[in-house]
Amino acid sequence: MSAYVPSVELIPRIERGEIHAIARLISRAEAGIPEARAALAQVYRRAGRSHVIGITGVPGSGKSTLVATLAARLRARGSKVGIVAVDPSSPYSGGAILGDRIRMSDLAGDAGVYIRSMATHGAMGGLAQATLDAVDVLDLGGFDAIIIETVGVGQDEVEIAKASDTTVVVSAPGLGDEVQAIKAGMLEIADIHLVSKCDRSDANRTLTDLKQMLTLGAQTAAKPEWRTPVIGVCSFTGQGFDEFLTALEGHRGASQNTDIGRRRRLAIAAFRLQKTAENLLIERFTQAAAGLRPVFAERLRLRESDPYSLATDLLAASLK
Amino acid sequence: MRQPIRVLLAKVGLDGHDRGVKVVARTLRDAGMDVIYSGLHRTPEEVVSAAIQEDVDVLGVSLLSGVQLTVFPKIFKLLADKGINDLIIVAGGVMPDEDVVELKKMGVSEVLLQDTPPDAIVKTLTRLVAERGPR
Repeated sequence: MSAYVPSVELIPRIERGEIHAIARLISRAEAGIPEARAALAQVYRRAGRSHVIGITGVPGSGKSTLVATLAARLRARGSKVGIVAVDPSSPYSGGAILGDRIRMSDLAGDAGVYIRSMATHGAMGGLAQATLDAVDVLDLGGFDAIIIETVGVGQDEVEIAKASDTTVVVSAPGLGDEVQAIKAGMLEIADIHLVSKCDRSDANRTLTDLKQMLTLGAQTAAKPEWRTPVIGVCSFTGQGFDEFLTALEGHRGASQNTDIGRRRRLAIAAFRLQKTAENLLIERFTQAAAGLRPVFAERLRLRESDPYSLATDLLAASLK
Repeated sequence: MRQPIRVLLAKVGLDGHDRGVKVVARTLRDAGMDVIYSGLHRTPEEVVSAAIQEDVDVLGVSLLSGVQLTVFPKIFKLLADKGINDLIIVAGGVMPDEDVVELKKMGVSEVLLQDTPPDAIVKTLTRLVAERGPR
């Protein structure tokens, strides 16, 4: 492919599972190349078959290692597995070091596994802008399970719940007490709770805290049709993974042709629509406001006006 | 949205010296590039397959073990077998001058030896990607 191959011509090759074509369309989605939009539109319309599994958790909780073990287990069952691993971009240089592949090196020789590293490029919320486009492309490329590994998140980056069929929250032992466990945010979004590194002696404490947190909410749970399991796993020994895989299948089963599943897919679609609209709006605004912004900023610096008024004027002037 | 240059930095074979490649990774990151690091002891097959999956602009192979004339022919053979012809290959590390000539004949775009200043690495990669054009 030395000459530029039009994106729509990549689609038949993607459907045949050609890795080079899959990778190239994902790159173009990531670069936001307008030429690729028509192709991505076609991809979206035809995708929707794969089981999208979101894996999230704090930095160092063992997500990448866990994804590697999970992928190997799914492979053993004959599934093709796509992985999109998101790592942070530097807020200073915009660059990134994407290191998730290192933990997945056992999968390197397997043609049934596709791993893509993706930098956030300033996106908040735990995902990158093109993550969901990448998922669609892999879906059309015949990958049965697609694992999204978010950046290491804090307590508030919960976008993954609106981007995956099944959301798995990974907690590591020793990072907090039972009050951490009842806080709002990340712990609420789990369809499956995992406690990683469960060969450690303090893992039982974390398992107990999480289980108690879930019983406290039993009467008011947002997801009454599904009982969120709490499972201890160890990615090196494989301990707990049988139970984890059973839970994944159980959750998928509970989401197919059921009301809870339809509601979830509608929420995912609504989120996708909102995100895409926001991105388009930001893109339009950023371009249109480029000339006026320094002038307005200068007026703000001199305190001739206030941020709210100037921002309102800038929006009005830019988005006519 | 401008997409940063994507680079895969790889260590191949029985070569455990990764201080240099980590310095390069950091340098490229600070220049705003997306850098994927393979980790140590990879095979040519793994490196080529990762480069294709990640669709990087540049594959940089760091070698301090003297096996460049074994490793690079394998990499080029694998790329040819898979029909890949728009991947920029750069070598780095310590090697004799006559090997540099051999590698360039093979299709390595640049060989950046141990005394290359950081900003020269950045400029070289930026130039090579610009010369290749959009893809």
